[in-house]
Amino acid sequence: MALIAMITGFLLILIGLYGALSNRNILRMIVAFSVANTGVNMVLVAVGYMKGRTAPILDEAVPAAEAASRIIDPVPQALVLTAIVIGVGVTALMLAYAYKLYQSKGSLDISKHTELKW
Amino acid sequence: MIKRLTVILLLAGIGSLFAGLVMTYVPDEELNLTASYYAERTAEDLGAANIVTAIIVTYRGLDTLGEVTVLFLTAAIVGLVLSQSRGRSQSTRRARDNITSEDGLTSTPATRRELPPPGELLTTGTRLLLPLILLFGAYVFSHGHLTPGGGFQGGAILASAMLLLLLSNPAKRFGHRLITLVESTAGISFVFIGVLGILLAGGFLDNRILPTGTFGELFSAGAIPLIYTLVGLKVGAEFSSMLVSLSETEEL
Repeated sequence: MALIAMITGFLLILIGLYGALSNRNILRMIVAFSVANTGVNMVLVAVGYMKGRTAPILDEAVPAAEAASRIIDPVPQALVLTAIVIGVGVTALMLAYAYKLYQSKGSLDISKHTELKW
Repeated sequence: MIKRLTVILLLAGIGSLFAGLVMTYVPDEELNLTASYYAERTAEDLGAANIVTAIIVTYRGLDTLGEVTVLFLTAAIVGLVLSQSRGRSQSTRRARDNITSEDGLTSTPATRRELPPPGELLTTGTRLLLPLILLFGAYVFSHGHLTPGGGFQGGAILASAMLLLLLSNPAKRFGHRLITLVESTAGISFVFIGVLGILLAGGFLDNRILPTGTFGELFSAGAIPLIYTLVGLKVGAEFSSMLVSLSETEEL
């Protein structure tokens, strides 16, 4: 189960990288980066998963006394929560800059923006 | 063609690295030292049922403060970048309009795109769903220490209500003042509660400035519900301000 999630996550990273490298449209590159970001998050969550254990929330089913042997690793989940939020911020920034680039050249084609090319 | 081949070769290299990682991956049988400390001590020390929330708000509270700051910076930069370009595009358009009207060739004002009315279904649906979405968002961030969820998720739900409003009427303009007020008040209160932790309890952002209460109840886990409510309001305001800034780029 964790292995499937992990392989899917790595595939999503590869798909995202391929999309970012092979597309010339800036909006498509942003979408591709979001896909790769999702892949990274999936891999991180999959690393924290353990077979036969439950979510790190204590209640009647998971009393605090035996929590250490019943729950999965909570640290990757906390990390991914942070990563998702920062990912949203990065996407919003990319979209804002894409709009700005579109205004300066009237095109979203990356090959039209040659200022930083050497 | 060569470029595409290079991309595929590069991806094949990265893919083989990933394959090596997956092949040699052995899942842990036991929690590591940090995780088992969190698992064993959270209920006793902090009184929070959701261990992920306890890590984010208390154990690693400083990181969350940094995260919220990053979000604030993002919202501020998005607003700055888009507001500058918006002003310039309006002035260039005005200049263009003046030129065409002086020529006397075209007398039509700036090409204004007429939006079709949003329609009965969308309008009524928005009115019906908006309070429910806001209530659900408030529920998610105020119960962050008991159930899956918390400030960031609840804030995103609040912002989705804003998105629904903008979808039903893209020409609607929101006042930035209220959003800024909510955001800055929540941010200052967050830091203030953190400093109270130094004075009254063990350290910065310690949640035991309030009694930890009965385990599993809404008013428990010390300051965690309070902090997560503030985080929820702040994140909701920041996401809303990004949405509003992006929607205002639409030239109507």
